[in-house]
Amino acid sequence: MALSRQDLSVGSVRESVVVDDLTRTQLVMYAGASGDYNPLHTDEVFATQVAGFPGVFAHGMLTMALSGKALTDWVGDGRLRTFGVRFRGQVWPGDTLTTTVTVRALDQVDGEPVADLDVVTTNQAGEVVLSGTASASLDA
Amino acid sequence: MAASRFPVEAGHIMMFARAIADTNPVYYEDSAGSTEVGEVIAPPTFTMASAQFEPDHILRPTKGRPWLGSGREPTGVPRSDGEGGTGLHAEQHFTYHRPLRPGDVLTAETREGERWEKEGKRGGVLTFSEIITDYRDQEGRLVVTSRMVGVQTERAPGEQV
Repeated sequence: MALSRQDLSVGSVRESVVVDDLTRTQLVMYAGASGDYNPLHTDEVFATQVAGFPGVFAHGMLTMALSGKALTDWVGDGRLRTFGVRFRGQVWPGDTLTTTVTVRALDQVDGEPVADLDVVTTNQAGEVVLSGTASASLDA
Repeated sequence: MAASRFPVEAGHIMMFARAIADTNPVYYEDSAGSTEVGEVIAPPTFTMASAQFEPDHILRPTKGRPWLGSGREPTGVPRSDGEGGTGLHAEQHFTYHRPLRPGDVLTAETREGERWEKEGKRGGVLTFSEIITDYRDQEGRLVVTSRMVGVQTERAPGEQV
């Protein structure tokens, strides 16, 4: 259900767990669906012996997609106008991620109500793995 | 890096939604009808899957081309000394003009944006570069713009400085 202008105020916050105990198989699924077969994300031998990482880790775009679910679950489907993030830290198998969405501003754009949102995703240690912003069209 | 024809398909959207662990009914054919939108649309990051439609996508194993990942050896593309760096995704920004639906046939056109360098925390130069991709629909209308920032590290994470 889409949000209307009255449902929100500046500073409104919603927090959701977007993945609990991320599995390596989820990384394989993301590689297969997206077509990003970078072996850093699915090939432990390559990731450790060649690239020098402690193991495989999530595609940044999987973390963005998981964080995006927190947005669309709140603002509704097909409502996003922009969504942009910085990848701040690696996400590893076993991680649990929580995304916090905060209403930074409520605007009118081309006569349409729009919410400007901050998006921050943290892991179970409280480390920020992704931060960014989004804007979404609201019902009047 | 561009897809001259990226057909948006309901089955692909379903697979992508499963891959991002999103059970939102709007991404699945059998349940989208009961949602506010009333039909399947694609998740916000779905345009990344245009990689499937890039004929020479570098991160897809291709017959006759050595593959970066492991097989008999830890990598099919051994690197010489001093080439220990890794390319990673630093930022991703989307601007949406309308949701994508099954039946859309997109084209993706990429151009290079800015390029800059920064000293990394662990030493070594980080080189950032932007790639901007315009996704247009079958009528030539812009539907999604993507701005990707990649970073190339000079050294592998465990490498001694």
